[in-house]
Amino acid sequence: MGLDILMIEDEPNIAEAVRFIMTREGWQFGLHHDGAGGIEEIERHRPRLVILDLMLPNRSGTEILCDLRAAEDPALAATPVLMLTARGETTEAGSGADAVLAKPFANEDLRALVRQMLS
Amino acid sequence: MPFETLLASCLAYVVLMFGVAFAADRAAARGHVRWLDHPLVYTLSLSVYCSAWTFYGAVGYASRSGLEFLTIYLGPTIVFTGAWWGLRRLVRVARMHHVTSVADLISARFGKSNRLAGLVTLIAVIASTPYIALQLQSVSLSFEVFATDTPYGPTLNGNTLGGTALWVAAGLALFTILFGTRNLAADERHHGVVTAIALEAVVKLVAFLTLGVFVVWWLADGPADILDRIAAAAAEPQNAEGWALRADRWTALNIVSAAAILTLPRMFQVMVVEAADEERLNTAGWAFPAYLFAMSLFVLPIAVMGRELLPAAANPDLYMLTLPASQGQNWLALLVFLGGFSAATSMVVVCAIAVATMVSNHWLVPVWLALRRPQGGEDADDLRGFVLNARRLAILAVTGAGWLYYHASGGTAALAAMGLVAFAGMAQVLPAMIGGLLWRGANRKGAYAGIGCGAALWIALIFLPSIGVGGDIPLPSGVDPWTFAVFLSLSMNILAFIGVSIFGFPDPVERLQGLSFVSAVEPIRHSRMTRGEGRAEPLLAMARRVWGPEEALRYFRDEAHAQGKTGYLPDLTPRFLTRLERRLGGSIGSATAHAMIDRVAGGVALTVSDLLQVADEAQRAKEETQRLESARAELARTALQLREANDKLTALSVQKDAFLSQISHELRTPMTSVRAFSEILKDPTLTHEERSRFAGIIHDEAGRLTRLLDDLLDLSVLESGRAQLSVTAVNLHDLISRALSAASATRPERSFLIDRDVASEHVGIITDADRLLQVLINVISNARKYCDADRPMLHIRVTRPAEGGTVINIMDNGSGIDSSRQSLIFEKFARLNDPARAGGAGLGLAICREIMAVLGGDIAYLPGLGGAAFRISLPQRPPVELPQAVA
Repeated sequence: MGLDILMIEDEPNIAEAVRFIMTREGWQFGLHHDGAGGIEEIERHRPRLVILDLMLPNRSGTEILCDLRAAEDPALAATPVLMLTARGETTEAGSGADAVLAKPFANEDLRALVRQMLS
Repeated sequence: MPFETLLASCLAYVVLMFGVAFAADRAAARGHVRWLDHPLVYTLSLSVYCSAWTFYGAVGYASRSGLEFLTIYLGPTIVFTGAWWGLRRLVRVARMHHVTSVADLISARFGKSNRLAGLVTLIAVIASTPYIALQLQSVSLSFEVFATDTPYGPTLNGNTLGGTALWVAAGLALFTILFGTRNLAADERHHGVVTAIALEAVVKLVAFLTLGVFVVWWLADGPADILDRIAAAAAEPQNAEGWALRADRWTALNIVSAAAILTLPRMFQVMVVEAADEERLNTAGWAFPAYLFAMSLFVLPIAVMGRELLPAAANPDLYMLTLPASQGQNWLALLVFLGGFSAATSMVVVCAIAVATMVSNHWLVPVWLALRRPQGGEDADDLRGFVLNARRLAILAVTGAGWLYYHASGGTAALAAMGLVAFAGMAQVLPAMIGGLLWRGANRKGAYAGIGCGAALWIALIFLPSIGVGGDIPLPSGVDPWTFAVFLSLSMNILAFIGVSIFGFPDPVERLQGLSFVSAVEPIRHSRMTRGEGRAEPLLAMARRVWGPEEALRYFRDEAHAQGKTGYLPDLTPRFLTRLERRLGGSIGSATAHAMIDRVAGGVALTVSDLLQVADEAQRAKEETQRLESARAELARTALQLREANDKLTALSVQKDAFLSQISHELRTPMTSVRAFSEILKDPTLTHEERSRFAGIIHDEAGRLTRLLDDLLDLSVLESGRAQLSVTAVNLHDLISRALSAASATRPERSFLIDRDVASEHVGIITDADRLLQVLINVISNARKYCDADRPMLHIRVTRPAEGGTVINIMDNGSGIDSSRQSLIFEKFARLNDPARAGGAGLGLAICREIMAVLGGDIAYLPGLGGAAFRISLPQRPPVELPQAVA
């Protein structure tokens, strides 16, 4: 069975928290901790939702999002993306993403957003 | 009429002229100048314009070319009526500067240049010689009319009475020398000559009008009849071409005759030099044009009647004489002869005076002065005598040259054209004259270029062809060579004058004179350094030689008196020297006077205060330009600075935005973990193990936040220069040991092999030990964090280079920093690896760099050594401005 959610996040503690929240909801959760190899992970797991950190080592969230949207497989290219950003400006950072959430966030907000995007 | 009667009348007339001139000079010497100074005398003296060429030649001219002769009268009339203010200014400026001739005027205006005056003199001599020859020829021919007793006039090839011309020339030279060089008056006026000329002007006018009345009312049937006859003559087919009015020729003739009234040496002499003041021109302004009108009134009637009544072979230039003679009116012919004689003689006399003044002042005296370098002020030679003799010699030479020219040319018809040739030649001086009066920017180089260029073209295109040298210029048919040459030479003259003036920069004397000429105000005083009384004597000696002992002594006594001094030696005040120079200038030319006074009184051409004054004037103009220029440059500079400041601000703003964005990110990241886990901790279903792990995470992240804030504050303090240092003497070995022990807390699980050279570490350094320790810990911790070798090793070496200070090299055996990122590592937030391993915000090395700068040292990455290598350099002592805390 495929993943419900794939998160790409380099901060281990944040990833840990999100994993805890998502698994509690019963969603299948996968994690990749580097910008490099991110798009390959998405192709491999075909998740229903990608949670993408904006600032990643080696390859930024924006770049991964670009790669994803440019994918040949239309179904893959249309994968919903939730962008997490630790920067203030959520509008610019999230261009192209389906939703943007600023760090720090309320757990309930994240949960509600993911639920809505998966439904 | 018997030739003897003619000769006797002629001699009687000459004696009368001598008598009048003598009486006038006597009266002037006694101070009785009231009637001599009458404006009408001045106006009549202007009639010297009407030479024999105009008197006899106008009729011939009209007979050949119809109304064209009128231009000779129109040009001066236009000047006197249309440009009276310009004439007034010319006279005022010339009087103010005691100008003695047209050459002197040009020289005075353009920096008192004698060479320029010499050039103008050359043109005057070249133009005047044939012109004088023309007068001699007319006298000679008019004699022959009576002597040969041929009623229709002699032919031109006859030279039977060549002796007449010689006698006339000799007589005129004698008259001129007698009355033209009696004294070296400071104002250069010749009352005797002027009065005699005024009388001759009356004779000319009476003779001409009488003949005119005779022709119109005696030979013809009154004005109406004459007008019919003129119309008939104009309609004759053989006249059609010659009488046709040609606009180009008319324009050129008008310009040239208007120029002639201003620039011909004799006209300048009577109109400007002999003028007591410019008020004369109020009368002359209308009276002289009226005189010219009267002189031109009957020209055409006489010409027409001459054509009708005399055979075709008769010389039209002699109609004036042959017409009354052929009608048996011998007394009328005699009157006309005397009129023509007056016209010729007055022209020769005044022309000789004017040209001789130029030749002596601008050729002979300067050469004489140059040849005799002064042995001091008291040489016995009589300058006054030399100047007078030079002038006499010049008069003889000028009239002699005229006679020689007449003799050599054999009295050909070519002489008739000489009037226009002379006019066109002297017209070349006009642009410089007018430009000098009206335009401050005109300068000497421009005057040289203009006059030189114009004169060269005049000689090549007008003068030489007129004496039969050189071929005709190839011109399209219909173009009159004379007109073409006049327009070409004058326009090239003007172009060169203006062009060179614009690109040249006048010297100080020129600037002064230009200012004085153009504004027609008193010239700025040439203040010389006062040299004291002892130096007045050589000046007096010099003046005595110019004016004669009595006049010089009187002048000096008056000047001394005016200064409130007794005796005859005034103080050499700038005022006195200026007045003396101008008075002397009236006798020997302004350039020569300037040079002489300078030689005696100053020794240099311009004194310091002179230069200061000149410089002041020049400076003002230059300053204005410079001010504008610098204002412009200032504006440009300000704009540039503004742009740079703006760029800098923009860059700073971008940096600040990036910095804030970075800080935001660095703060939000740990906050995210803290917030998420603190919410999770509320979940009652958590196991105890989970609860304690999550609490640990919160603790770590809070610590990370604290460190970040500490670093930021530290960096802010260091960057602002407000860091408080506590400088002490420490042993570097101890410091390194402490740093190693503190850094071992970073990744304690990895055991590092430390390679030290303990002996070299024992150096005492004076610095802030805590700050240096902070740097060492940071560098060593980084090594512990990032060294990726299997057996990590740290080399620490301390050296003391010859140039002073201490250097600590710290190097690990890992893979080092990628060369593309080496330049970034000291920047803020330049964390290269993933945050989990770094555990910091990436401010460490930025803080190290700031600390080392504050300590007066440096930290640098050493590339190419395999592992990551840092060099920490310390100065011998920290910079003096460091706050020296007590140990």
